[in-house]
Amino acid sequence: MNYQAPLKELNFVLNQLAELPSVCSLPGYEDCSVELVEAILEEGAKFAEQELAPINRQGDQGARWQDGAVTAAPGFKAAWQRYVESGWVGLRAPAEFGGQGLPALVALAAEEMWCSANLAFSLAPMLTLGALEAIAHHASDELKQRYLPRMAAGEWTGTMNLTEPQAGSDLAQVRTRAERQADGSYRISGQKIFITWGEHDMADNIVHLVLARLPDAPAGVKGISLFIVPKLLVNADGSLGARNDVRCVSIEHKLGIHGSPTAVMSFGDQEGATGFLVGEENKGLAYMFTMMNHARLGVGVEGLAVSERAYQAAVSYARERVQSRAVGSPDAAGVLIIRHPDIRRMLMTMRAQIEAQRALACVAAAALDRAGHHPQPEERAKNQALLDFLIPIVKGWCTEQANEITSMAIQVHGGMGYIEETGVAQYYRDARITAIYEGTTGIQALDLVGRKTAGDKGAVAQALLEEVLLTVRELDGAGLSDLARALRKAAADASRAIGFVLEHFAAEPQWPAAGSVPFLKLMGIVLGGWQMGRAALIAERLRHEEGADVSFLANKLMTARFYGAHLLPQTGALVHAIVEGAESVLALPEDQF
Amino acid sequence: MKALVAVKRVVDYNVKVRAKADGSGVDIANVKMSMNPFDEIAVEEAVRLKEAGKISEIVVVSLGVKQCEETLRTALAMGADRAILVETEVELQPLAVAKLLKSVAEREQPQLVILGKQAIDDDANQTGQMLSALLGWGQGTFASKVALGSESVAVTREIDGGMETVELRLPAVVTTDLRLNEPRYVKLPNIMAAKKKPLDKLTPADLGVDPSPRLKTLKVAEPGSRAAGIKVANAAELVAKLKNEAKVL
Repeated sequence: MNYQAPLKELNFVLNQLAELPSVCSLPGYEDCSVELVEAILEEGAKFAEQELAPINRQGDQGARWQDGAVTAAPGFKAAWQRYVESGWVGLRAPAEFGGQGLPALVALAAEEMWCSANLAFSLAPMLTLGALEAIAHHASDELKQRYLPRMAAGEWTGTMNLTEPQAGSDLAQVRTRAERQADGSYRISGQKIFITWGEHDMADNIVHLVLARLPDAPAGVKGISLFIVPKLLVNADGSLGARNDVRCVSIEHKLGIHGSPTAVMSFGDQEGATGFLVGEENKGLAYMFTMMNHARLGVGVEGLAVSERAYQAAVSYARERVQSRAVGSPDAAGVLIIRHPDIRRMLMTMRAQIEAQRALACVAAAALDRAGHHPQPEERAKNQALLDFLIPIVKGWCTEQANEITSMAIQVHGGMGYIEETGVAQYYRDARITAIYEGTTGIQALDLVGRKTAGDKGAVAQALLEEVLLTVRELDGAGLSDLARALRKAAADASRAIGFVLEHFAAEPQWPAAGSVPFLKLMGIVLGGWQMGRAALIAERLRHEEGADVSFLANKLMTARFYGAHLLPQTGALVHAIVEGAESVLALPEDQF
Repeated sequence: MKALVAVKRVVDYNVKVRAKADGSGVDIANVKMSMNPFDEIAVEEAVRLKEAGKISEIVVVSLGVKQCEETLRTALAMGADRAILVETEVELQPLAVAKLLKSVAEREQPQLVILGKQAIDDDANQTGQMLSALLGWGQGTFASKVALGSESVAVTREIDGGMETVELRLPAVVTTDLRLNEPRYVKLPNIMAAKKKPLDKLTPADLGVDPSPRLKTLKVAEPGSRAAGIKVANAAELVAKLKNEAKVL
């Protein structure tokens, strides 16, 4: 079953929930319009469906490493070429370096399609853009001119070299060394692991962004600097020069995303790799964190994108597989399994969550655009605070649920899903990394509980709940009382959980920490429910208009009501675990495990 | 040299269409619409001719409702230089389209008009032929190869017996078949640029054409479902059935 981009749904979420028209009116986005975005997504969908989706399966065979060189999975190099020629790399890259400078909201919708079609492939442009953004924000003009136009054009790709064997979630432990050279460059030496697309044969050059420590740097996170270390050195005239002293010593054998080579990189095995400082010394980690919001939002989208692909596969299988008589039917003949209530429950559970997640991710992306482009400083600040709060939720919730949703897609397939032949197992394996990289769910949850909730004494969290309650009242007014009731109850649970965090964070921070992942999930479910509530209200209003897409809007309404009946009530169990459960998490002595 | 390319907005080829309950037509409310695939090939061919330096300007024209503008923008993003929309809410039939296109051709004076051989909605396969007759220009239909010279064009046609090449004096009308070319993916920067290319709007009245339908649709119904087959005992029985019941032998 091939992937079909959910264009109607994407356009609905963009236009109605994330309010694309208002994003297009922000300074800097004047060239953008609803019609243009529709045209872009339609062409993007074609590319995703016809070029990226068909090679996803062969990507699962993996990239190959030999003597330091990596050959991309079959078909990937040609697809990259076409992706580059079509200009997709530059979608949200700044216009001054040859990109299109489109809003993050539009980019996110396109990224969902790339990730659904082929997650492993999509990581190459994603990392390139992350590196591009870091350089654009913090590097000197000379470095920008040297690297960015080639990266925005897709001629060169980019990487993020953060992790080392002893420095995973804790980047204070970074040991890679950088030494000042007489010519102003730096000599880099050390080993980095888990470098996504760290080596490959798809582009002419690879621009590595590397975190390293100067000999006289202060200990900890305040002593880390950021460097550009190109695979091939770039001459003054822009042509490619000598091979830098950086090598891919191996690629990892992983659970999934086999098409994306995960490299072990060695810098400076011989004379030392030549690096160029980005910005100022010892500010590297701060620079990386400015990229983090976008990157984490992107990974949240990866999660929901793979869920979407798995959902489509499950629907398609449920429509063709005949098995067992219909429940309660006297007719012994087998029926399509989509007629069995439990299959329906699974399909609806997947669908309702994906729609809620997509809506929340798009609302976050619109906040990102407003935080950067709104003419009024107070609006920028307000949106930045909203974005900061939503990021760990989108990242953590969408990816944790991707594990469940892709697993459910296998369940719909029964035994056939456990066999690789149907292809659905790949989505389950591919999705698994998303809750790990770019900060595990635990890291996201700690961020949410600490910096984002306790940090402002719950101000943003409470303000958001006020908005949820506003939607509840509107739902009541529109006669959607079942959804209103469910959302009101879930908001009350969220309020209680926030109260618990605020009460205990200062004195007993280990308690909210013990319930931090349930807290993150609870917030995801409530805010997702809020978006489904908004969607239901809009659907209810639009369906009476002339020419309305009645079946799409009716489905939206019903999916929102399913969300109210099946997903929102989970907050009751979660708040109990948060408020009453901390002690039992921590009670057993270490030696009893 | 100027080329005029006609494009039609049709139900996307992926959409499974349904007949309206009252049998008055096909239900196209809220379904995905796209450029007719044969017309996409026509635009692609014009763009290739322009890239090869054989023509200097591509004018793309569409006839129908306001939303045809989207189809024209797609053609502009593929590489057409400017667009004309002949806007009307009237149901357009091949003869009306041919008359409207004739009038556009007389205004624009192209040396080459390229159209899809048919549209995938009504599969009429008439417009190009009618246009050529109305203009009195030569026609090369079902083209699988187009070699454009300065005075003439050689069109290789797909016919029942194989291939046939005709040489037409310019100006001429060409209709495209599937094997002529493979349309390109539209590039993102070109989608952005297409917004800024000129798009003129005309009405049938501007062109002096009455587009009212001449044909009446009596009823649109979905094909009946296939009846179950039967097993035959041997080849002889099969042949007998084909002869006597199916009457195909």
